[in-house]
Amino acid sequence: MKFFETLGRYVILMGKVFSRPEKWSIYYRRVIAELEQLGIGSIPLTAIISVFIGAVITIQMAITLESPFIPQMMIGYAAKETMILEFSSTVIAIILAGKVGSSIASEIGTMRITEQIDALEIMGVNSAAYLILPKIIATMIFFPFLAAFSMMVGIGGGYLVARMGIMLPNDYIDGLLYCFDSYEITYSLVKMTVFAFLITSISGFYGYYAKGNSLEVGKASTTAVVMSSIMIMIFNLILTQIMR
Amino acid sequence: MIKCENIFKSFEGRTVLNDISITFETGKTNLIIGRSGSGKTVLLKTLVGLHEPDEGKIFFDDICYTDLKFKARKAIRKDIGMIFQGGALIDSSTVFDNIKLPLDLFTDQTEAEKRERVEFCLERVELSHAPHLYPSELSGGMIKRAAIARAIVLNPRYLFCDEPNSGLDPQTSIVIDNLIQSITREYNITTIINTHDMNSVMEIGEKIVYIHTGYKWWEGTKDDILSSDNQELNDFVFASAMAKRAKNNLL
Ligand SMILES: Nc1ncnc2c1ncn2[C@@H]1O[C@H](COP(=O)(O)OP(=O)(O)O)[C@@H](O)[C@H]1O
Ligand SMILES: [Mg+2]
Repeated sequence: MKFFETLGRYVILMGKVFSRPEKWSIYYRRVIAELEQLGIGSIPLTAIISVFIGAVITIQMAITLESPFIPQMMIGYAAKETMILEFSSTVIAIILAGKVGSSIASEIGTMRITEQIDALEIMGVNSAAYLILPKIIATMIFFPFLAAFSMMVGIGGGYLVARMGIMLPNDYIDGLLYCFDSYEITYSLVKMTVFAFLITSISGFYGYYAKGNSLEVGKASTTAVVMSSIMIMIFNLILTQIMR
Repeated sequence: MIKCENIFKSFEGRTVLNDISITFETGKTNLIIGRSGSGKTVLLKTLVGLHEPDEGKIFFDDICYTDLKFKARKAIRKDIGMIFQGGALIDSSTVFDNIKLPLDLFTDQTEAEKRERVEFCLERVELSHAPHLYPSELSGGMIKRAAIARAIVLNPRYLFCDEPNSGLDPQTSIVIDNLIQSITREYNITTIINTHDMNSVMEIGEKIVYIHTGYKWWEGTKDDILSSDNQELNDFVFASAMAKRAKNNLL
């Protein structure tokens, strides 16, 4: 019952978020600022995690697939498929839910309890749209780039360990090119766009309806991350059913 | 002039405002006083439209605000300035950008015009030295000054202040009170101030309404307040030693 009530409030809030903005120029500036904060600001974390996971996956595959009957290039192929299909979208999205989601929920939640949202409303601003829409647009634009970036860096990490002696680098590269299907990348980037919407709108929702004190904002931010992660998992399943 | 008639407001079945009717006068500092939790903030937010009343009507001069739709309300919002208890400055913007924001949202002025207006308001509240600072870098008094500047940047006709001197030392409180009063007179604004501070009542109280447990318990002027025989009001008023002395001087 509680779930449907929450869902209802979420839908109503999204209605407010997507109602026609009164002044485009202000939104434009805010989208640029959010691209910088939420997008560019997430590059280092994405890079570090992707390069290590790319390396580790390649090592694991090399161990698992160690057999005279399996060509070495299959290691590169498996590492690539793992990165492109799931890691660079779903896992990176979960990690970004932790980073970006908690920051959005606590930022907006703090604005709620310190009456900054009331102050915006007094100024005639549609505060839900003003605060949440630029973040949604910015992340939906930028997160797919992060996913593509993660694929490259992760595959690069694999190449690095290949060069360090795990396998022949040329076999690794052959594996990358083996059965290359650009639809897999499209699929992954589409998923990431949906995940970006989920993370930002869910975190914005929990921040926007925070009440009480800083303790409650902390709780709202935790709930935001947990709910975003669960929704990412559910939508990952749905999108995989639809798109593959 | 702002008038409310028979306002009721409850949250989750608990009534916070009970049949409140008050007329607030133009060009005067109207004070809403009462103990913490008595419903002052809810009343103020209901008057400005941040809460919808369950029942009752609110008038801004001759316009019935409660009858208006969201779009039509925006025209009146433009005439409303509000100072929130904690200042409610936008944390991610400088003092300058905070004060400029209403101009960005409501006007089509050029950047130069906006700059000029912001600088004028900064000067009015004596903050000309701090436009580049962020809210986290300001003292309590400076936050209130910046909040006042933001509230008056559009030349409001109605000014709402929720405990404008809470958390300030007595000296700074008086400065802020006097600033609000002089702005009220200078521009002939209808100003409504929430406070539980008897110093403010004696300094700048012109019309005073006492709220107790969500009811309008008493209304009058600051001269009446010392000679009232209302028990709850007296308990509130004479909890402060200063008010006691003032009463003794009166006798
Ligand atoms: N949004 C809200 N939801 C539920 N209860 C509220 C809300 N806002 C205020 N209240 C309750 O209304 C009562 C009056 O609060 P308030 O107007 O803030 O008092 P004060 O006179 O100190 O400003 C309090 O008991 C408070 O708990
Ligand atoms: Mg209050």
